Amino acid sequence: MCPPPAAGTLAAMNVIETNGLGKRYGGTWALRECTLAIPAGHVAALVGPNGAGKTTLLNLAVGLAAPTAGAVTVLGSQPAGSPAALDGIAFVAQDAPLYRNLPAADLLHLTRNLSRRFDQSYARARLDDLGIPLNRKAGKLSGGQQSQLALTLALARRPRLLVLDEPVAMLDPVARQDFMGTVLTAAAADGVSVLLSSHVLPELERVASYLVLLSRGRVQVTGQVAALLAARQLASLEELALTYLREDSVEVTR
Amino acid sequence: MTALTVPGRPAEDASPRPVPWRRMAWVTWRQHRAALAGVAALLGGWAVYLWLAGSAAYHAYAGVTACHPASAIACVEILNTFDYTYGDPALHAAVLLQVVPALIGAFTGAPVLARELETGTFRYAWTLAFGRWRWALAKLVLLAVAVAAAAGAFGLLFSWFFRPFFADGHQTPFAPELFDLRPVALAAWTLAAFAIGALAGLLIRRVVPAIAATLAGYAALAFAAGLYLRQHYAAPLLTTAPDVPGSAWVMSQWWTRGGRFAFGHPSNDLLMRLCPSPGPYKQPLATVSQCLAQHGYTQWTSYQPVSRFWSFQWIEGGWLLVLSVLLIATTIWLVRRRAA
Repeated sequence: MCPPPAAGTLAAMNVIETNGLGKRYGGTWALRECTLAIPAGHVAALVGPNGAGKTTLLNLAVGLAAPTAGAVTVLGSQPAGSPAALDGIAFVAQDAPLYRNLPAADLLHLTRNLSRRFDQSYARARLDDLGIPLNRKAGKLSGGQQSQLALTLALARRPRLLVLDEPVAMLDPVARQDFMGTVLTAAAADGVSVLLSSHVLPELERVASYLVLLSRGRVQVTGQVAALLAARQLASLEELALTYLREDSVEVTR
Repeated sequence: MTALTVPGRPAEDASPRPVPWRRMAWVTWRQHRAALAGVAALLGGWAVYLWLAGSAAYHAYAGVTACHPASAIACVEILNTFDYTYGDPALHAAVLLQVVPALIGAFTGAPVLARELETGTFRYAWTLAFGRWRWALAKLVLLAVAVAAAAGAFGLLFSWFFRPFFADGHQTPFAPELFDLRPVALAAWTLAAFAIGALAGLLIRRVVPAIAATLAGYAALAFAAGLYLRQHYAAPLLTTAPDVPGSAWVMSQWWTRGGRFAFGHPSNDLLMRLCPSPGPYKQPLATVSQCLAQHGYTQWTSYQPVSRFWSFQWIEGGWLLVLSVLLIATTIWLVRRRAA
């Protein structure tokens, strides 16, 4: 069901590696028999319809959830959720859950206190750039600003892997553009690996160089976008995803 | 778009040094200062009342002790007035104060985890380098120590406040509404309420239901302890003396005759037969006891003497501390293994 990791990437460090990974909630498997390896240096897109198991896979990768079956390691071979893994991964959960009653400055200070590294000047400069006042409470910011604040807090921790769960689902087109711009800058200029989930395919077209396609709790396809497109003689990520999802006869949310 | 980039990283290491514990002090304070301010306001308001009422009571009690001889009718009158004017309100205050540990525990303990789980912010806090079980341990210990210390200090003030009402020896400090307001028990009960709240918050995952569950759980535990448990901290003393001091905690009284159990309370028939009242009024208890003794009955009393008060405080404080540590340890263990 789940193809082996693409050849030629095994030499490099894998930011995420799973082996027979499964997670069951009650009687239903949210994710099962998932084996994949995402090499470092990519912006990897985790794609699939709602309920495909994207959030479950991300929660397992950041150590928020424990696997029912199989194993997941990150950043080489660190167990998910271990101190080294927490240190090297910055996670922005869906809807950017921040402490709404805390001003931006206090969120910076809180994150700095709970992290091994925190680049205060970078964070302040970025918030200044974005026009987010330090004394404004997070709950009073617009949706786009909240997402940018969460992303700023994540990047200021200088992660090796940035994990984003549906980062742009709630944002308007301009905010999406800005958000993805920041992510791409971090990935290109600073070598941060990125794993982001989305069910909004057009957004990923410009950014994703690696694809993991999930459907109904199983991995349908995984590999470098360019190679996958060439193999199927398709022009876009969207076509590619739709092809696989149609084969699996599941409606994808556009 | 911004041209800012993230500066280079230092060399990676596989097992990084943990983030220092002390960093949680500011985080805990910043996130819970409103709840702690609420505790300070609640206890502070009551402290002002106890201080004012206590000062007035001490002043009035000086008048009681200055009156000689104490058995003179005028002096008894002064004592009665003192009891009526100051003693009754003091007891009412003690009854109202029963809810204080429950409120502190529910409003500081329950939200610690419930709010994070309800709003989803645990996904943020628990994926930072500090680590989630260390985060939970630091937060719960800091807050638990803070509320228990505040409650203990308040218990000291209450002990001072109530001292004049114990002085005449008619009030037992074992009375349930007084026992748990003394420093050791008050600190321990507040701690227990906090620990119940923390675990309830983790299990229920919503703030308001967790607060309600904490209040209910605390009430059940407090009633069970006061009604069934406390009297068994030490085997009661037995006496046949008719005049057990009023400061003692009387467990039960019964009568024997010829070495065998006769009755718990003398029936009216028996009293009419053996010790008929000379007038239309009920006779004083001492007179009845004396009369029954003349007919060969012996009165037995089992009681806890007032000298055991502090050991009872420490026994109750001890098991509540153990319970609280177990509850908090369970909470942290669940945070560590819990699948989100």
